[in-house]
Amino acid sequence: MKPLLMLAAGAIAVAILATVPLYANGYQLSLAITLLNYTVLATAWTLFSGPTRYVSLATVAFFGIGAYTVAVLAERMAWPWILLIALAVGVAVALIVGLSTLRLSDVYFVIFTFGLAELIRQIVTWYEVNVTRTLGRYIFVGIDAADIYWQLLALAVLVFAAGILIRRSRLGLALRVIGDDETVARHIGINTTIAKVALFALSAAFMTLCGAVMAPRWTYIDPAIAFNPVISFQVLIMALLGGVHRLYGPLFGVVPLVLLFEFLLARFPNHFSILVGLAFMLIVYAIPQGIVGFVERLLRRKGAAA
Amino acid sequence: MFTAALTSGLVLGGMYALIAMGLTLQYGVARIMNLAHGELMIAAAFAALWLFTSAAVNPLLGLLIIVPAAFAISGTIYRLLLTPLVRRAPNRDALEVDSILATFGMLFVIQGIMLVMFGGAYFSYSFLAFPVTIAGATVAANRLLALAFAAVIGLALYLYLTRTRLGTAVRAVAVDPQSAPLVAIDVRATAALAFAFGGALVAAAGVLVSMFLTFNANIGVVFTMKALIVVIMGGVGNLLGCLVAGLILGLAETFVATFVDPGLTLATTYALFLIILLVRPQGLFGTASR
Repeated sequence: MKPLLMLAAGAIAVAILATVPLYANGYQLSLAITLLNYTVLATAWTLFSGPTRYVSLATVAFFGIGAYTVAVLAERMAWPWILLIALAVGVAVALIVGLSTLRLSDVYFVIFTFGLAELIRQIVTWYEVNVTRTLGRYIFVGIDAADIYWQLLALAVLVFAAGILIRRSRLGLALRVIGDDETVARHIGINTTIAKVALFALSAAFMTLCGAVMAPRWTYIDPAIAFNPVISFQVLIMALLGGVHRLYGPLFGVVPLVLLFEFLLARFPNHFSILVGLAFMLIVYAIPQGIVGFVERLLRRKGAAA
Repeated sequence: MFTAALTSGLVLGGMYALIAMGLTLQYGVARIMNLAHGELMIAAAFAALWLFTSAAVNPLLGLLIIVPAAFAISGTIYRLLLTPLVRRAPNRDALEVDSILATFGMLFVIQGIMLVMFGGAYFSYSFLAFPVTIAGATVAANRLLALAFAAVIGLALYLYLTRTRLGTAVRAVAVDPQSAPLVAIDVRATAALAFAFGGALVAAAGVLVSMFLTFNANIGVVFTMKALIVVIMGGVGNLLGCLVAGLILGLAETFVATFVDPGLTLATTYALFLIILLVRPQGLFGTASR
């Protein structure tokens, strides 16, 4: 009964959210799009990094791949095909990264993802300068803000559905064991590499699609815009603030931080990165378990006292 | 052209080696994966620039001010910001994750401060920029001097670690932090010392690099990344490995930049990293026990 109730509640929430573009003004809709964008990215991040505890710093690498693929292919083919190709590129990169680093210790993974966005940015820049000789592209597709909003909402639903399904599957159990102790996981017969790579690719797939969907928001795009490292940073901090051990955790980080960043960017544009860095450190030091973990612990303590 | 590429590759490689030695001390001994490593280096480069342009202090004299300052700052960062994480971490993996997150935050704070102070523009200054001819190749004197200083500093560090009591303690903690207390080594103090030394090394590298490279407030991340890759290539905690891997990286990058395309240097770095990961994940000189 309870899962059914949750499902109904979720469906109603999505239905309500789907009506937002019908009455929201331009600013509200753009804020809603930002919220959904980071919800998808932070939840996709948590999908992999939550259970395995592997810190991925490469969110924007995949986001940028999606966005840039759209920039290259826009007007050349139909929208679904563009999304599909972006998805294929993103997953291929994730598989290369995953297969070369995830069979080793997690340090290698962190280091590889740390520079991945910069690497791809440089390669794309090099290609554009030397081969196509046009750095920076204009995106003209017939997709307006409301369309982007609905696509992001669909993507968010998919991320959550994937997360719930994985959590209930053997793969989800395997990942939780890996997160607790990888040596144990290997010894009880879990193929840890396959489990990790599969989930990393899935998480990257969502990030790539998110970037592709968001691309028409910018009419002009160049590698520096598409592969902006601040995005990786913001996704990480949102997921951590919310709490990464629950699928819905990042939501609690996304909403307050998107609003905070909006405010900071408007009031202190020059000191933005300092303030965001400080906020991030505050979270790491003060609430390492995230808001959800913090509240859960409070409730547990109350339950124990009563 | 070949000898020119060779010499500038060696200079660049020497710098990478120095930066990576700092990082390998911090990671190998203090177990802190410091993602803000390159920011400290660029901060030192800006300090050298500022001393040179506004106070007319020669960067080599600047080393005498900046390096001890960086030692003190790194030590303070460890005491104030990283000790709480060390205390809280139940095991090494947890500390690693926490330190990655904390220093990732620091990266943006330091970078932001430098952006506010200096903006995003590229900076350089002209110090001993006259050409010198060695073995048929023409090199700028400042590059040569930077390489010589890097060699002296690297050698001093090596001798310190292998020939002194404190250095031996540092190596003991790197090898086995659980057993080190049994022979009366204060692990926490030694880790703090190693972390501070790492900061001093990277600051020295920053001053040396500022003599011949243009730099801006955003570029520290690239150096951190290359240093991390050098550390992995050389084997974690291995100074000799850092030297060899740093030189390989510097030479490979310079040759690709000279003979193929300057836009592909990072791709070269990553290609080398991938090869190491696939063929010898424990590093060139590492042992497989990790």
